[in-house]
Amino acid sequence: MDIKGKVFRYGDDVDTDVIIPARYLNDSSEKALASHCMEDLDPDFVKQVRAGDIIVAGDNFGCGSSREHAPLAIKASGVSLVIANSFARIFYRNSINIGLPILECPAAVKGIKAGDEVSADLSKGEIINETTGEKFSAEPFPPFIQNIIDKGGLLKSLS
Amino acid sequence: MGMTASQKILAAHAGLNSVRAGQLIMAEPDLILANDITGPVAINEFKKAGAKCVADRQKIALVMDHFVPNKDIKSAQQCKMCRDFAAEQSLPNFFDVGNMGIEHALLPELGLVGAGDLVIGADSHTCTYGALGAFSTGVGSTDMAAAMMSGKCWFKVPSAIKFDLCGQTKRYVCGKDVILHIIGLIGVDGALYKSMEFTGGGVASLSMDDRFTICNMAIEAGAKNGIFPVDGNAREYMKGRFTRPIVSYEPDPDAEYEKVYNIDLSSLKPTVSFPHLPENAREAGSWGDIKIDQVVIGSCTNGRISDMRAAAEILKGRKVAKNVRVIIIPATQEVYRQCIKEGLAEIFLDAGAVISTPTCGPCLGGYMGILAEGERAVSTTNRNFVGRMGHKSSEVYLASPYVAAASAVTGKLSAPDEI
Repeated sequence: MDIKGKVFRYGDDVDTDVIIPARYLNDSSEKALASHCMEDLDPDFVKQVRAGDIIVAGDNFGCGSSREHAPLAIKASGVSLVIANSFARIFYRNSINIGLPILECPAAVKGIKAGDEVSADLSKGEIINETTGEKFSAEPFPPFIQNIIDKGGLLKSLS
Repeated sequence: MGMTASQKILAAHAGLNSVRAGQLIMAEPDLILANDITGPVAINEFKKAGAKCVADRQKIALVMDHFVPNKDIKSAQQCKMCRDFAAEQSLPNFFDVGNMGIEHALLPELGLVGAGDLVIGADSHTCTYGALGAFSTGVGSTDMAAAMMSGKCWFKVPSAIKFDLCGQTKRYVCGKDVILHIIGLIGVDGALYKSMEFTGGGVASLSMDDRFTICNMAIEAGAKNGIFPVDGNAREYMKGRFTRPIVSYEPDPDAEYEKVYNIDLSSLKPTVSFPHLPENAREAGSWGDIKIDQVVIGSCTNGRISDMRAAAEILKGRKVAKNVRVIIIPATQEVYRQCIKEGLAEIFLDAGAVISTPTCGPCLGGYMGILAEGERAVSTTNRNFVGRMGHKSSEVYLASPYVAAASAVTGKLSAPDEI
């Protein structure tokens, strides 16, 4: 999968309520979710995000609710990768299970600013800040999880 | 190396003699849970994967609790989808308006979860059942769908943090103050991916409702699960409810804990988490002058009978402050009935509060008490994120039922001994 895009930069503890507020959880269609993604944190996100763009954030990204609507909203809005220092555990599982690429890489988080162009090679865990030329390497997934990702999500990996 | 209580439960459900932290395993849950928000996504995934029949219909629980009685047409559609699925799959544990309750209060009350169980739920507060000595954790809808299909779920075996409790809480200090204090101590990611194991001489003095509240908010410290030992209180609670054999897992003497915190329960004061993170915990005496607009007493965190009794103890013979809306939500039909029987309902009505049918509604900003721009609520719920209960400039102060009720009377954030 070819990953390249412009960076939206956020801080620590981005919770699932700001990723997709519960007032929109009465409709789980991808289009509806994408149209409200990040609404309470960054009202401009929906207007500015383009297919392939990347979210870079600090610690504990996706904390709070188990709503799979959160990674679904991010994926449906066109985001191709989320890089963070760490992810809340249910968000981490959900992202893997639905096929939203995520990488934990504190060095990259430190070395990437809002608006930078970033590319990534998931199989190698390689992240490149195309704006500055700096390269970062993220810990690869264990084979068990890589298999889920390779098969295109949990349910496909089971069948 | 010995195992923690959480690791022993995972090993037993994976058919393994032992597991170690970091190991990836496939295990068979005893119960798989979803609600009217996460259920429809799981059902869609289940159907998309071509599945026809659930692996074991006895092990699935679907609880309509978030937006019921339905707040709008879209919510009604989502419930209908769950209802149709439950009928099609002949699910015995489908709970709808009339017999539902807030899932994490309802399932223990009905004895559907108990000691030694492995439980997964497509709801983050599934960790509540650790109070009974179960390993229970929140997952997403796809995990739920996979478990409905296969009867299995993948887990990464967690490491653990031990909380050694001693002493006894003082008057007006309850489980909510204990867990808010702990989250304040370790932060919202202080237990990320880990188990929180509660132990020590202080456990005996905590009621089961206190323990449910404490385990319920383990997720707010990022934890995978929270768990208490199975003692006399726990056995007494399960008696007459839980019909499977009680299995008590105790940690090995050489079990590894990444950290041990010693908490003296007698040193704790009423504690409130200020906006916009549960870790912003402040003890009574350091709250300042916070004028409020609304109070919510209920939720999977604090909607049980002892929470209702605590609220009534404060509200009895008093009136809610002018311009404060007080919404009280017993978590289940049984708690609701008990409120009527014990005269608590009358105390609430006399004070000027409203009583709602069980629902998660206001906790997540769904309905039944949404906050307007700039409004402030004291709430016994579990999250105070930006926009959680309404407008993104509104504020939520997380507190115990005692503090919430006291604040309802004064119209500002108040400790129970101030009134």
